[in-house]
Amino acid sequence: MSSCVEAPGPTLTARPPEALPRLLAGIPAHGAMGLAQHLALHGEPPAQPTPRARSESPLIGQLEDARLLGRGGGAFPTAHKLRAVASARRRAVVVINAAEGEPASRKDRTLMRSLPHLVLDGGQLAAAALGGKEVIVCVCDSARAGARAAAEAIAERRELADASRPARVALVQGRYLAGQESALISYLNGGAARPTFTPPLPFEQGVGRRPTLVSNAETFAHLALIARHGADWFRLLGTPSQPGSALVTLSGPVARPGVYEIEYGASLASLIDAAGGATNGVRAALLGGYAGSWIAGDVLATLTLSDEHLAGHGAALGAGVVLLLSEDACPVAETARVATWLAAQSSGQCGPCVFGLEALAAAVATLAHGGALPAARQRLARLGSLVRGRGACAHPDGAVKFILSAVEVFAAEFADHARHGSCEACTRPAELPLPAVAGRAARASLPEVVHS
Amino acid sequence: MSYRVRVNPIACEAHGMCAELLPEHITLDEWGYPLIDADPLTEELLGNARRAAQACPTFALLLQRERARD
Repeated sequence: MSSCVEAPGPTLTARPPEALPRLLAGIPAHGAMGLAQHLALHGEPPAQPTPRARSESPLIGQLEDARLLGRGGGAFPTAHKLRAVASARRRAVVVINAAEGEPASRKDRTLMRSLPHLVLDGGQLAAAALGGKEVIVCVCDSARAGARAAAEAIAERRELADASRPARVALVQGRYLAGQESALISYLNGGAARPTFTPPLPFEQGVGRRPTLVSNAETFAHLALIARHGADWFRLLGTPSQPGSALVTLSGPVARPGVYEIEYGASLASLIDAAGGATNGVRAALLGGYAGSWIAGDVLATLTLSDEHLAGHGAALGAGVVLLLSEDACPVAETARVATWLAAQSSGQCGPCVFGLEALAAAVATLAHGGALPAARQRLARLGSLVRGRGACAHPDGAVKFILSAVEVFAAEFADHARHGSCEACTRPAELPLPAVAGRAARASLPEVVHS
Repeated sequence: MSYRVRVNPIACEAHGMCAELLPEHITLDEWGYPLIDADPLTEELLGNARRAAQACPTFALLLQRERARD
């Protein structure tokens, strides 16, 4: 079930919340939750024993039992990441990734802006468990409120004995790939915010050549609560393979688009209900953002928000982006627009990504304007297999997935365009959000509304 | 111990020397970038693979030693 509290008044008891909301409990309507209120709500973060050589921090075992998966899109087991960093010899650095370059995602900036202490708890607990040197919070330079809230929270926390690992805020560029793990590390090391060739992976050689734990902001927020309430508590919600709750950013034709906390395995219908219901017909849903997949409208009524279920539709929740496309939109024009944007987001380093994404965007545009369908479709499939897996990062793979999934799910609309060229809906205002171009407002933008 | 060919796509500038020197494992795509067959190299091809890696003007072609675990 998705959670939507009518009056989100803070509950000032340090009790383990069995139901939802967990992360979004007591989220203030304006500004950030201060330290006193945060501690009253969740209790003190538990003290971490100083890690000794050859013995593992109990936190890693807790995360393993909780089966916490990373919330930045990769769904990688968090315990494995911590263990890899812990096995390195030098003192570690912990990077909280709230760069959130995904245009349709708002959850990380929401956490940073409203609940910075929960995220910092997680980062500092991880640092303590790893015997880490420092915590760096990476916030997108367009999310100033989040950066400010994080900096103020860090100052407030200096008095917290156990959670007071040195922490600082780093502003990163608002580009799509700036939050990519290796790009983030390159940037923090004084280089360009562009992906690098791996190995070395961050746990081998990250910030200042130290072993580095890079995880998504939401992942750290869950970690903070698992450390307090334990793995069994975490698994009270969710599915066996994907326990716990998750933040999703719901956008499209619903009464109250915004950030919601759901239990894995909740139905899409319950999420839409929590958002006040659909305000228009829904043609399809995009899951996982612009590196994700489309799901056709006719199966949405029975769709379950868990990766196990979504895999049957070739989709995954990724970083929790659920984007509904209305009946009014032209999916072909929307795909062409996003494909062009994705090509422009290439960091320009790997030939197959630079030339391949440009060619893919051109092929989609050809189809949108009435190009010969069989030839163009063959070209798209060929380009897809030519580009996939050939970049230093996963950007080309994600872009191919998004484009080919659109061509498949909107096969009828693409066929119609191939035959008759642009349609009436092509000229309607764009629905899929893209970042504003400098000096020009975005044609479709997301509201910054949070529902706890 | 076996080796595989790998390319650093950031360093690669599509000179195409590798495909000339190791056509058994490397062909070029429509933009001139190498398409790698990552099967382990046979004993006979190892020498040519080394020469191809040395001939790459941007040192983008790598020979990776097979890890024991797989």
